[in-house]
Amino acid sequence: MSRVLLIEDHQTVRDGLQLALTRQGHTVDAVATGEQGLARLGTDTADVVVLDLMLPGMDGFEVCRRIRSAGDLPIIMLTARNDDIDVVAGLEAGADDYVVKPVQARVLEARIRAVLRRTGGEPRRPGPEPTVQRYGALTIDRSALVISKAGVPIGLAPTELRLLLELSGTPGRVLSRQQLLEAVWEHGYLGDSRLVDACVQRLRAKIEDDSAAPVYVQTVRGFGYRFGPL
Amino acid sequence: MLSPLRWPPGLRVRLLLAFVSLGLTTTAVVAGAGYVRARNVILQTAQDAAVVTLKEQITQLAPIRTLPPSQADLDAIAAELSGRDDTAIAAYQGRSSAPDQVSAVLPPELRSAVGSGRVVWQRQTAQGFPYLVIGTQVMLSLPDGTARPSGLEIYRLHSLEAEQRSIDRLAASAWSTGALSLALAVVLALLAARGVLRPVRELDRAARRLGDGDLSTRLAVRGSDELARVADTFNHTAQRLERQVGELRRMEADARRFVADVSHELRTPLAAMTAVTDVLDEEAPRLPGDAGRAARLVSQETQSLTRLVDDLIEVSRFDSGTAALALDDVDVPSAVRATLRARGWTERVVADLPPDTRARLDPRRLDVILANLVGNALRHGAPPVTVRLRAEPDWIVLTVGDRGPGLDPLVLPHVFDRFYKADSARSRSEGSGLGLAIAWENARLHRTGAERGSLVAGNDPAGGAVFTLRLPRRCTDPAPAVADRTGSDGGRP
Repeated sequence: MSRVLLIEDHQTVRDGLQLALTRQGHTVDAVATGEQGLARLGTDTADVVVLDLMLPGMDGFEVCRRIRSAGDLPIIMLTARNDDIDVVAGLEAGADDYVVKPVQARVLEARIRAVLRRTGGEPRRPGPEPTVQRYGALTIDRSALVISKAGVPIGLAPTELRLLLELSGTPGRVLSRQQLLEAVWEHGYLGDSRLVDACVQRLRAKIEDDSAAPVYVQTVRGFGYRFGPL
Repeated sequence: MLSPLRWPPGLRVRLLLAFVSLGLTTTAVVAGAGYVRARNVILQTAQDAAVVTLKEQITQLAPIRTLPPSQADLDAIAAELSGRDDTAIAAYQGRSSAPDQVSAVLPPELRSAVGSGRVVWQRQTAQGFPYLVIGTQVMLSLPDGTARPSGLEIYRLHSLEAEQRSIDRLAASAWSTGALSLALAVVLALLAARGVLRPVRELDRAARRLGDGDLSTRLAVRGSDELARVADTFNHTAQRLERQVGELRRMEADARRFVADVSHELRTPLAAMTAVTDVLDEEAPRLPGDAGRAARLVSQETQSLTRLVDDLIEVSRFDSGTAALALDDVDVPSAVRATLRARGWTERVVADLPPDTRARLDPRRLDVILANLVGNALRHGAPPVTVRLRAEPDWIVLTVGDRGPGLDPLVLPHVFDRFYKADSARSRSEGSGLGLAIAWENARLHRTGAERGSLVAGNDPAGGAVFTLRLPRRCTDPAPAVADRTGSDGGRP
């Protein structure tokens, strides 16, 4: 079904998750350290990474940053529920989603499928709009999924791209965090507005001239986010 | 500082009053008695001297040859007996040397006493001047050696001005001594009050600090008097208190850390077990006999254990103060509906939600509270279970009610206690026994200024239990609790 790279230092957890995910039809490559994981990625063997944050040696945050800087491979982080700080730090390091340990294989599997769906899938609103839209210096090619600014392509992580497409699909309209959670992450109530906020921050850092004074993705206090107006 | 209406007044005023009254009494008694004695002595001396002088002068008078004496005799006698300060009057049966003065300055009682042959004196005041009036009769010596009154009366007015001046000076000095001693008493009272009050005030401040929780408060011990002993006792008490409270806090912190550590340690094996519960569930029907039942049991209990550990970790996060709010602007009705929908309760719960009720709160925590309340009502109450939302200007009020038997009044105060289970027979029922405690903590975590959210349990008069959740509509970001990451996650590899 898909190739999963599981980076988890604890052997029984690794074995358990590998067993469960394999039974769901995934190909699971399980490693114990971040270094091993990064080495595997060099050979392009995975569609998605499931990454434990607490790792011996290089920790999950660093692994996450390196994977993100190397490409747009989706990352789901496995966090010790313990610290809310972990969640936020992991999301800011570039993770696309997170699950809390202990996690049922069914939940993890659903998240994997969701993240693959939105990274591999076609844009949700190809509709009547032109496939190439221009907003100021920003060009959004909805069919080729290429975003460029002043002619220079910008590398966006899957979730960031998805969020940008969702927001720019209805320019000027305010979308609540809840709506964005359901549309982009495909989970609502469990949802966590920090997912949206962290992703918006990363997106702004890439597309805005000044992310402290954003023009493309604007915050509407009390309601949510809005694309434009420029 | 001291209101005039306060009674009894403060220690300072009481000390002042005591010292002043003591000083006044002592001064009044000493100075008064001294004054009276001195005055008497002065007057007596003056009086005695005057009387003796007069008697001597009378004996030295030229003997009276003729009786009755002529007016010239009277004048001569008066002139002889008058001195620089004294005026003498000689009188004989209605005649006198200074007839106009006699009635004016000589009291009638005096005259009648002199008439009877005695030597009499009396202090008088005329036109503001004090004087002594001495009166006597000249005695006639008879040839047989006896004497008889001659009827010639001699009066002398002796001025007491000099004595009065001495007495006045005496009085003035008594007054000034009194005033001085009063001032001294006030000063001493103030000093004494300060000496006593300062340690008392320090004690008061220290006791208050101790009461406010600053257990390191100590007093400086000066000298070795009673106040010093009080300070010493205070210090000892504070020290013991600090030690005991420190011990208790340490034990409590240890207990909490133990729970947190155990929970975290449990998480790793649970993560492995939870991952494969699906596998067990799927395989159970295919496993022969007891093996299948065992697999299902293990799967179920793993899920219960997972919930328990999750709840314990959540509780230890509240205890350590690391639970933080992630505030968002939430459309409350849709958040409530999302909670019900996500758990498949939409059909079983009657929701009364006025549209467009927005509030700034933590949606995840609202979800946790609501899920606990509704889940509780569905499990222990009876249908219909209702969720009602009421919007106030500054608060949202959510009530979750059911039509079950309601809560036993004995149970009511303990509903939010940890691990409290109303029905002991159900002690192994689903749920960790922490759900309502966590809901309560989550409600309290929402706050605006000093006002906190609340969760209250009660019974509806019409039957059934009612839980009322009140959350501020505009929660303020709490002071970010510094997450003790090493402390709360110390056990992880």
